[in-house]
Amino acid sequence: MNKTDVLIIGAGPTGLFCAHQLGIIGLSCEIVDNLDKAGGQCIELYPDKPIYDIPAVPECTGKELTNNLLSQIKPLNVKFHLNERVEELKKVEDRWHVKTSGGVEFDVAAIVIAGGVGSFEPRKFSVKECEKFEGSSLFYSIKDKSIFKDKTISIFGGGDSALDWAIELSNMSKINLIHRRDGFSGAESSVQKVKELNHHGKLNLFTKYQLDSVSGNKQIETVKIKHDEGEIKEIKSDYVLGFFGLIMQLGPILDWGLNIDKKTVHVNTENFETNVSGIFAIGDICSYPGKLKLILSGFHEGALAARGCFKYAKPDEKLRFEFTTTSKAAQERLGVKK
Amino acid sequence: MAKITYHTHNNKTHTVDVQKGLTVMEGAIQNDIPGIDADCGGGMACATCHVYVKEEWLDKLPTKEDGEEDMLDMAFEPKNNSRLSCQLIVSDELDGLEVNIPSKQG
Repeated sequence: MNKTDVLIIGAGPTGLFCAHQLGIIGLSCEIVDNLDKAGGQCIELYPDKPIYDIPAVPECTGKELTNNLLSQIKPLNVKFHLNERVEELKKVEDRWHVKTSGGVEFDVAAIVIAGGVGSFEPRKFSVKECEKFEGSSLFYSIKDKSIFKDKTISIFGGGDSALDWAIELSNMSKINLIHRRDGFSGAESSVQKVKELNHHGKLNLFTKYQLDSVSGNKQIETVKIKHDEGEIKEIKSDYVLGFFGLIMQLGPILDWGLNIDKKTVHVNTENFETNVSGIFAIGDICSYPGKLKLILSGFHEGALAARGCFKYAKPDEKLRFEFTTTSKAAQERLGVKK
Repeated sequence: MAKITYHTHNNKTHTVDVQKGLTVMEGAIQNDIPGIDADCGGGMACATCHVYVKEEWLDKLPTKEDGEEDMLDMAFEPKNNSRLSCQLIVSDELDGLEVNIPSKQG
């Protein structure tokens, strides 16, 4: 059991800056995120696209913003739990016990949900029978590529994941790459490589086709793919891989008794607490009159939520307002050397 | 104002007046028309405002910018008449536009 003052759910810019604000007022925190790295939407959706509306930063990319926030909280030694999604929440006297998908447990005084639009999960095939094979012969990510040796694999998608895996697995497996149009969103060099492999018969490329159905007993045996014009092809296939990017889903937070409307959690604007005492929500996931889904709003919300957490973490102490320019305590916590 | 008609997947029809300059996505959100999530808020960074545009309107729409087709690869059941509604800015030319909202966005 990890015992800390505050659990932050979501390692996007809002969650990261909230960790900073908690740190300078002397509270400890740990951060959980379903992705394999910090940064949230900034790192997953637009790592290389410029952002122009961070105060005092004329221009920076999602990746640069994330790296700067991480270096800003480095002295606070915040512990991250990545690839973990919060699942269970239980009130135990005046503390919260939280458990993640990977079985990590927390005992905290307060929770700050900085979950954006939800946790990122792979976008799945719309064909119903796919569920039956998911995890055995149909995958949305690859953990062990050795199972594909000498097998026939049908890969769906046109982005970098689909292209990279098609190229890599073409050395050891028979690959069908199926995409809904002639153009690809993956890197041009990969597209050229795929076309070359197709030309030399090392890979079968089907464009303007989409998955129509899958069939098989315990494992997939064949897939049917349908052309834009309606023609259907049946191809033998031992495995099916789908790479359609990620989608954001709220998940178990929906069952926490929070006041949720249209995927957002209602909060008060005094301290960004939800209708459940001790649970706060900040950033894109919170709603209140006048809410703007901007990173700068998330920073403000995180600063106030951090102070809201104080009375739960240190009920017998009084929080005094201080500036980092003059507060000795805050500077010590940030490891400032004089 | 332009009239935009949204057909939801359960065959309900909503015709609303949308202010010129707003997007077809914003028109749906402001009028509480179900089925358009717009998770990224109109930044062409997700595909959850995906709509099917009625065929006769396809030529009248602004052409797709770089990136829209890439995002449509990630949409739920994309077709030839798929567009991201956040990229369709309402104008006089689009008065009367009809779109179908897919059964889900994810």
